[in-house]
Amino acid sequence: MTYIKPKFRHPDLQKNKLGYTIDYYEGSLSTLCAGCGHDSISGAIIRACFEANIEPHKVAKMSGIGCSSKTPAYFLSNSHGFNSVHGRMPSVATGANMANRDLIYFGVSGDGDTASIGMGQFVHVIRRNLNMVYLVMNNGCYGLTKGQDSATADCGSKNKSGNINLYEGIDLVSLGLELGAGFVAQSFSGDKGQLVPLIKAAMAHPGFALINVVSPCVTFNNNVGSTKSYDYIREHIEATSTFDFVPEMTEIKTDYSEGETKQIAMHDGSLIQLNKLTKDWDPTNRSSAMNAMLNAKENNEFLTGLIYINPESLETHELIQTSKTPLNQLSQSTLCPGNMALAEINADLR
Amino acid sequence: MKPTDINDPEYFHKVVDCQYACPAHTPVPEYIRLIAQERYTEAYMVNWDSNVFPGILGRTCDRPCEPACRRGRVDEEPVAICRLKRVAADNKNKDDVKSLMPKGPFKPNGKKVALIGAGPASLTVARDLAPIGYEIHLYDEQKLGGGFMRSQIPSFRLPEEVLNDEVNYILDLGIHAQFNHYVSSLKEVLDKGYDAVFIGSGAPKGRDLNVPGREEGKANIHLGINWLSSVAFEHIDKIGKKVIVLGGGNTAMDCCRTARRLGGDEVKVCVRSPFSEMKASPWEKEDAIHEDIPILDNHVPIEFVIKDGKLAGMMFDKVHATYDDKGKRKLVSTGEPPVFIEADDVLIAIGQENSFPWIERDLGLEFDEWGMPKVDETTFASTHPKVFFGGDAAFGPKNVITAVAHGHQGAVSIDLACQGKNLMDRLDPMVNLHSMKMGIHEWAYDSPVTIDDRFIVPIADKKKALSDRKLEVELGFDKLTGFKEAQRCLNCDVQTVFTEDKCIECDACVDICPTMCITFTENEESEEVLRQKLTVPANELTQDLYVSAELKTKRVMVKDENVCLHCGLCAERCPTSAWDMQKFLYNVTKTHTGCTA
Repeated sequence: MTYIKPKFRHPDLQKNKLGYTIDYYEGSLSTLCAGCGHDSISGAIIRACFEANIEPHKVAKMSGIGCSSKTPAYFLSNSHGFNSVHGRMPSVATGANMANRDLIYFGVSGDGDTASIGMGQFVHVIRRNLNMVYLVMNNGCYGLTKGQDSATADCGSKNKSGNINLYEGIDLVSLGLELGAGFVAQSFSGDKGQLVPLIKAAMAHPGFALINVVSPCVTFNNNVGSTKSYDYIREHIEATSTFDFVPEMTEIKTDYSEGETKQIAMHDGSLIQLNKLTKDWDPTNRSSAMNAMLNAKENNEFLTGLIYINPESLETHELIQTSKTPLNQLSQSTLCPGNMALAEINADLR
Repeated sequence: MKPTDINDPEYFHKVVDCQYACPAHTPVPEYIRLIAQERYTEAYMVNWDSNVFPGILGRTCDRPCEPACRRGRVDEEPVAICRLKRVAADNKNKDDVKSLMPKGPFKPNGKKVALIGAGPASLTVARDLAPIGYEIHLYDEQKLGGGFMRSQIPSFRLPEEVLNDEVNYILDLGIHAQFNHYVSSLKEVLDKGYDAVFIGSGAPKGRDLNVPGREEGKANIHLGINWLSSVAFEHIDKIGKKVIVLGGGNTAMDCCRTARRLGGDEVKVCVRSPFSEMKASPWEKEDAIHEDIPILDNHVPIEFVIKDGKLAGMMFDKVHATYDDKGKRKLVSTGEPPVFIEADDVLIAIGQENSFPWIERDLGLEFDEWGMPKVDETTFASTHPKVFFGGDAAFGPKNVITAVAHGHQGAVSIDLACQGKNLMDRLDPMVNLHSMKMGIHEWAYDSPVTIDDRFIVPIADKKKALSDRKLEVELGFDKLTGFKEAQRCLNCDVQTVFTEDKCIECDACVDICPTMCITFTENEESEEVLRQKLTVPANELTQDLYVSAELKTKRVMVKDENVCLHCGLCAERCPTSAWDMQKFLYNVTKTHTGCTA
């Protein structure tokens, strides 16, 4: 075995505003199959956190079970992490988020972990609008159990053993839109140029941010006839827009032609800047986003980029009006004010 | 940019920085791996084939390979290549080595060649020509072969036994050596009917310093190279207690350290230039300082001071260096009063020059305005069809490894000339490229990159060393340290070879590469623009970009060779084997490949 990542890095690596080079955001060496799309997404997460000047200790990586859910080991070694039960990551993330609202919750899940065993949890965490990034590494198959079709495999897609999938695939993006997610995006593991700014914007979005990333399974689902292979996606990819995430206080330099350009101000003062490529689509209009998804499906296109955003969405803490100070920073006496306070509350309810 | 032509042997050769920097292009990583495998004899033979004097060079080489070493660009210090060569030489099996060398008698081809001077250049020519049937006549004024390797390099750096062994390997090939024979006329040599004459007579004339007092003090003022030679041949065995050595090159370092061993208690080196600009190799300066020899820089000699008809010391003007717009240095006096330094003896080691008083100027052999022969830089031919030059005699003082490289090419030219062929019909290098893949996570080389710092070579006790001129100071690595140092080698000859039509552009290589060498991007017309577009801009312009043909997505793969660790992870993570690690062996073609291994 000679599978060790050398310690040396490029001597000219740039530092971000925190003074870290990108290797500070790396994780352990991946044990996934060579060429797995998931590794590429890990690479995009590393770059996004580096570029967005995220302090690694302010991130909690949340995952369930599956190839995808192993990846938190492969990025952000200096962050918190919780590898939970299959399909139950949203509950654990909710609990963690309730206790400490100051962290960035970065959920990583797969098509099985989300659309099969975890479907119940997935839809409810969207409904609650929990402030988290929920990134699905979607390869349309169960790679960890040798490549059976998953719930997101498209109807008509051929798997490695030549069988055609008879059932309709679940479209996680349309589902997210339907359930009212405030940030919905779709991307491709092989397009870091798009994925990195999407991840940065998703982390800046207050509330639930869904990114569905098609990530080809090189071992079991990269064959001719599969709709989630590198070749198929590259042939059918259509971007909604060119996409740029502009952090706070940065001068906008890109010069787009009028009418095509849209700038969306984010809650924290940052900006999303789009140059629209899709007709009759307004990323801030939910029904227009749903239409765009339907149209793309009819035209056999794989629509990528930001699909929908509601910068005004209210996340769980705002909905239930919890303390602005994270609960884990409150003292025992504040959290348990004693019998007298309880008696007062009870009296109010009589 | 156009796709890189990896079929051009020079492309991958350049990636092997050490080998490329070596004048003789010794396949360094190849022998370092053999040392790690404890195959010292084979490691020695790889060297012997290429540089002829592994034991000598493993101690005394100028090491152009080490500043070039890729490790020096990612780690603090390069691999101790020179010291590893010595590990091979120290641990080789002498009998095995001998049995792998060509053995005479060789079938004569009827041609006779004279070699003037028995230094490294001539000896290399002898080794390359004797096995293919040439009758070699070697002339030298000294009683033993080796040239400057014997007369100039002190025994405490190069033990006589090592020198004798490696000189004898060549003399044993049936060379007709005529020692104690000073050649005083080239015409006489040519008249003997040789088919070719190779002149490897070195740069034997020490530069003198003509300032006031030189003549009056001459009894105690010596030219460094002559003095070293007299010490080597045991004509001189002592020197005064107070010694000044003038000069800042390696000869000055050898002079001052030798003086310390012959009774010089207060030896000082005085050099005109600032310390940082001295010509001596950094390690030689360190060794001198370690032996309590102060190096006084910015000291320009004014005069030799004579008292009572005898040398008493020297006066120096203190200067500082200034530089004009073009970076040209000028030494300007600081205006301080001159400095007097006491001395019983002064050694002048301020350079050496070529000298050809024995070559008649009417033989059709042209000289330039500086008295140097006109020599072709590729063929080493002079303007006389039968006369060839090499080593210091060709282009002025260089070093042993350069002389060896000259010798190989000189031999090729002599062989071509003797066959009546065009001297420019030289053969391409021998090149081999083959995959190192053995299986998943299995490579036929040690791909992991160690993080060890460069190991320090142990040295002999200073007191003992200073009391014995012949006691070698550097002790060399033991086998275990040699192994550990060998593991620091990045195996730059194991090349990353990319096959466009296998690539599915999954980015696996990009994500895994520890030094971010690989970028997939739209191609650019201009190399300059492309260099700036890479994930980490490729600002080291001496290092090439490896550019693929256009891929499916209309992008190209661009790899900056600069700090590639050759760890093989790109190939490891490539699902389609579009990347492969392939060992590249490059050998300069010589008249005779000495090694039969």
